Amino acid sequence: MTVLVTGASGLLGGAVARALVARGADVRTLQRRPSSVDGATDVFGSVTDPDVVARAVRGVDGVVHLAAKVSLAGSPAQFHQVNVDGTRVLLDAGERAGVRRFVQVSSPSVAHLGTSLVGVPATPADPGRARGDYARTKAAAELLALGRDGGGADGAGRAGGPRVVAVRPHIVWGPGDTQLVERVVDRAARGRLPLLGHGAALIDTLYVDNAADGILAALDRLDDAPDVVGGRAYVLTNGEPRTVADLLSGMCRAAGVRAPAWRVPAGLARSAGGLVETLWRVRPGADEPPMTRFLAEQLSTAHWFDQRATRRDLGWLPAVSVDEGMARLAAHYATRRR
Amino acid sequence: MTGPTAPASTATSPSTTVPRPADTVPPGLPGLDPRYSHVLTDARGASWHYLDNGPELAARLGPDAEPVGTALAVHGNPTWSYLWRKLVTDAVDSARRGGPAWRVVAVDQLEMGLSQRTGEHRPLARRVADLGAFTDALGLTGPVVTLGHDWGGVVSLGWAVDHPDLLAGVALLNTAVHQPDDAPLPAPLRLALAGPVHRLGTRTTRAFLETTLALARPRLPHDVAQAYRLPYLTAGERDGIEGFVADIPVDGAHRSSPELDRIATGVAGLKVPAVLLWGPHDPIFSDRYLDDLTRRLPHAHVHRFADAGHLIAEDADWTPAVLGWLGSGSLSAEGSGSSGTDAFTGPRGPSASGLTSVPELPDPTASWTSSPSARLRDSEVASSLVPVETTDPVLAGSVGGGGPFVPLWARLDGRADDDAPAVLDMTTDGADGRPFTVSWRALDRQVRRIAAGLYGIGVRRGDRVSLLVEPGPTLTALVYACLRIGAVVVVADAGLGVRGLTRAQRGAWPRFVVAQRKGLAAARALGWPGVRISAEPLAPAVLRALGVTHELVDVARAGEGRPLPPEPGPHDEAAVLFTSGSTGPAKGVVYRHAELSALRDALAAHFDVGPDTGLVTGFAPFALLGPALGTRSVTPRMDVSSPRTLTARAVADAVRASDARIVFLSPAAILNVVATADALDGGDRAALARVRTFLSTGAPISAELLGSAAELMPAATPHTPYGMTECLLVTDITLDGIRDAATAPDDGVCVGRPVGGGEVLVSALDDDGAATGAPSAAPGVLGEVLVRAGHLKERYDRLWLTDLAAERDTPMGRWHRTGDVGHLDDQGRLWIEGRLAHVLRTADGPLAPVGPEQHVERVPQVRRAAVVGVGPAGVQQAVAVVETVGDAAGRARRPGLAPDDLATAVRAASPVRLAAVLVAGRMPTDVRHNSKIDRARLATWADRVLAGGRMGAP
Repeated sequence: MTVLVTGASGLLGGAVARALVARGADVRTLQRRPSSVDGATDVFGSVTDPDVVARAVRGVDGVVHLAAKVSLAGSPAQFHQVNVDGTRVLLDAGERAGVRRFVQVSSPSVAHLGTSLVGVPATPADPGRARGDYARTKAAAELLALGRDGGGADGAGRAGGPRVVAVRPHIVWGPGDTQLVERVVDRAARGRLPLLGHGAALIDTLYVDNAADGILAALDRLDDAPDVVGGRAYVLTNGEPRTVADLLSGMCRAAGVRAPAWRVPAGLARSAGGLVETLWRVRPGADEPPMTRFLAEQLSTAHWFDQRATRRDLGWLPAVSVDEGMARLAAHYATRRR
Repeated sequence: MTGPTAPASTATSPSTTVPRPADTVPPGLPGLDPRYSHVLTDARGASWHYLDNGPELAARLGPDAEPVGTALAVHGNPTWSYLWRKLVTDAVDSARRGGPAWRVVAVDQLEMGLSQRTGEHRPLARRVADLGAFTDALGLTGPVVTLGHDWGGVVSLGWAVDHPDLLAGVALLNTAVHQPDDAPLPAPLRLALAGPVHRLGTRTTRAFLETTLALARPRLPHDVAQAYRLPYLTAGERDGIEGFVADIPVDGAHRSSPELDRIATGVAGLKVPAVLLWGPHDPIFSDRYLDDLTRRLPHAHVHRFADAGHLIAEDADWTPAVLGWLGSGSLSAEGSGSSGTDAFTGPRGPSASGLTSVPELPDPTASWTSSPSARLRDSEVASSLVPVETTDPVLAGSVGGGGPFVPLWARLDGRADDDAPAVLDMTTDGADGRPFTVSWRALDRQVRRIAAGLYGIGVRRGDRVSLLVEPGPTLTALVYACLRIGAVVVVADAGLGVRGLTRAQRGAWPRFVVAQRKGLAAARALGWPGVRISAEPLAPAVLRALGVTHELVDVARAGEGRPLPPEPGPHDEAAVLFTSGSTGPAKGVVYRHAELSALRDALAAHFDVGPDTGLVTGFAPFALLGPALGTRSVTPRMDVSSPRTLTARAVADAVRASDARIVFLSPAAILNVVATADALDGGDRAALARVRTFLSTGAPISAELLGSAAELMPAATPHTPYGMTECLLVTDITLDGIRDAATAPDDGVCVGRPVGGGEVLVSALDDDGAATGAPSAAPGVLGEVLVRAGHLKERYDRLWLTDLAAERDTPMGRWHRTGDVGHLDDQGRLWIEGRLAHVLRTADGPLAPVGPEQHVERVPQVRRAAVVGVGPAGVQQAVAVVETVGDAAGRARRPGLAPDDLATAVRAASPVRLAAVLVAGRMPTDVRHNSKIDRARLATWADRVLAGGRMGAP
């Protein structure tokens, strides 16, 4: 069995590729930098390049598509090119090469319209109303991918196409995470990490190993139960919502830095986020904005999910609890400090 | 049948010239499919609009299947058949789901709705005849159940009285058939009827219409209100509204008065099943009229929807109850209205005194002589022809093995010539410094005087008497006097607060109120119902100001030497006790003499109470039990309304003064008794050492505190019974039992084994947290606790739907779902793990809160904890809300997230995963005991805070 993992240089892509290697799969990766996954075959390039992609999917049985533009800065066109066009290039090439299984790694933000999400199931992606360029383009990409699902006794999918499932991991973190943990720890260390509001909003997160397990479960279920999961989207979380304050202080404690001790009212942070976003657009810098409206919302409103359908349909349970994950994070930082 | 029977084709009538014939509804009205809208012309030529689901049912059931009956629904003024749309459609849905098919016909009265405007005036008698003409034209055959709202209720009852052969039942929503002579017409009606205002308000403008629509609670959606306005857009279309208001019989001289009286009297003779659904927030049809209707239809199921008002059909979700009632099978016998069978009067039962059950009417102050406790249990219908005494387990339970029923005052009667003390009151020292003492002889005489005196001023069997009197000898005498003449005592705790008390008084609607000055002032200021009787002497000016009609001292004097009426029987109502309100709005709980006698016997047997036992009652309600138990009772020196004023010395003094062997205390009293133990001298301790039984009642108490109190009474066995207002004694456990249970691995509070002949079963919770399991005694199963006992309540007061819920899926006999959750262990002990309403609905199934709370409370910093769920049912996350030792000591911290160290400790102690740990500052608790944590309120707060909302305070 040969599986292509796109975006394997990231935290999650790397974890997925390694897990596949560990279970004996023939793993190919596609990204611009070395994946540093032992035992995998790297293909270098962009998912937007049809030639590179055609080469990458040749002889491949399943695809796990993680490559995306995730940063907080960038023009709408850039997001669209990577996230939507890149997905289309991959789907087209995959279909031509006879790929049977396609896991679109998406994001809960594709259906997050800015309000609190409290124990909600996965709702359809909404490219028109999702918040920010990343979420909007990921929403479009998810719809695009699910539309190619080749099941469809009901005729909804495309007969003969691959079976497609979308998974939406929510706030993936763990040792080696540069997206969330490093930023939190770095800012906290410099005393520049405020709590928004009371920090009491409950948010779901997902420990990285659980995320990789969940994605592989989705890939497997495309074989075992294609009519159950095909064409559907699942939010993946640890199913253990915690308060923002808890998570941030947990990460800080694990890294050995002082937890955030000052607060910014949530409303102010949202307004400021909007302002900063605008400023950054006018004066694009090398770094990313210190606060965006999206981030302010993410850190001050609840968003946690109903995991019952996910666990039932994927036959998957997160093996690593939040507390165990924090312990592993602490061990990781302890090793780094030595 | 009484209506005209001529075929429509032969009719000639002036109505052919009228401006507007009947019409069907336009499409697009919210909740009403035009396919249900029909028009017919009756034999007199009047054309009617009506809603009818008959054709729809025929289409679904096939031509051969007949509906089991017809519900004939009549709207009031100024609404129209649109009011009944939900019943029309829900009945079809119910039949589609396999329920009995009931045809629903909701008619627009002539001059109203979309029925014909004939321009004629239609007094009540004519309206009743009109409705008969309509049902004749419809060819309606039985069985028919009538439904009526507002003045449509009167018209529907007129039809019911006139069609006994067809009638199978009556249902009424906020209506009235009688205007009590002593009661003023409701103010809004007086205004509407006042000369020029009348026409202006009802016809010229839409004021009356708009005022009525504005009564909806909550406000009607715009499109629904528009639908109600539809037939009344022009002044001409509103003729009927004006005519209807003018036809309200304001007094006996009104031309519709005789017809109203005829109907009112006829209603009292109806034997068919009846349902009264009520919205108490109604400026027109107040609870006064519900009271009148319940007296005329004493067997009716009554439910007051606490938050609903005049437009109850819009305010409340009432159709399931009515459809359930219709579908119960109790109504399917055609013509039961005149059949003379006892099928629906069985549960009413002859009272032991053998008096008949027909109320004396229409005298509004008339007594009614039968038991009002005639609750028809649908499950008993099959056996309802069997005389009730042989099927009712209450009676069997109350007499402990088939002996004769022993009334509550029997022991008091038996000691009528005894000069030994019956009641000692140490709260008011006599002049000589000795306790105020009432002998058995004096108590018996005072009870008889008050009883005869109350009877003399018109208190009759079944009349409710609200007692707002502090515990003491006067209250004791009053209670037994009321019981003796069959009056029903209404007891609501001052702990309910003014709002709660007002709710309780209005809900119970007592005919008489006996109160001290404070209670009288509240009754006056808040308009509580009932003839006011002052329990203490007051200046004439004060009496007038408070609207007091009688003084108790005069009442008693007038009763001296007067004969007493016949005694009530076991099936007569005896008391309405209100729940504490700590588990939802206070509910009235109805007890009959049978259950109260059974309670006395259960207590006497379990705690071995004999004539010489003696009771110290530091928990006021128990002071009332002494005379029934035939033993002396003493109230120790304390403020009876504040248990925590009781000291150890006061208990010792009370024991010494009465030589009592049993001491009843509440948890709050125990706390202070233990705290003041240092003041005891050798004599005090010697007195306390003679106590053999000691009870902590009313709320849970820790084994440590119970143990400390037990040390003061070394010879006594400490008990903590478990019960509730609905069943005052369910289980009991001793201190040794509690210590033994502490070694068991079970979650929850062990409350011991059933006592007093009671039984306990558990109905398991399903994955959704609903108690759907078949009741069982299997150990280790978490579920709702069900109890059965001879001293179990008879029912809730005017809360029929609550009754049905409490009896849902229970085994044969009289069982009650307590709303508590817990489990039985393999030794038959009951463990309570919280309230059903507080069970968390997690993705892993239901989670009862008490178990995890007990673990969290083992954290040294934590004084009290509540485990609540946040998020939607089925995926709720557990959250611990804690009160720390520091909070309790007066340095309450600001509500918020627990600091890291506390949160870590709490998480480590909790057997379930916690999404968050919050500190509440001070816990919201019940007023009465300050011990029952308001988990629902904490859950609402936690939900808000953890969704990123405002912090505030719980």
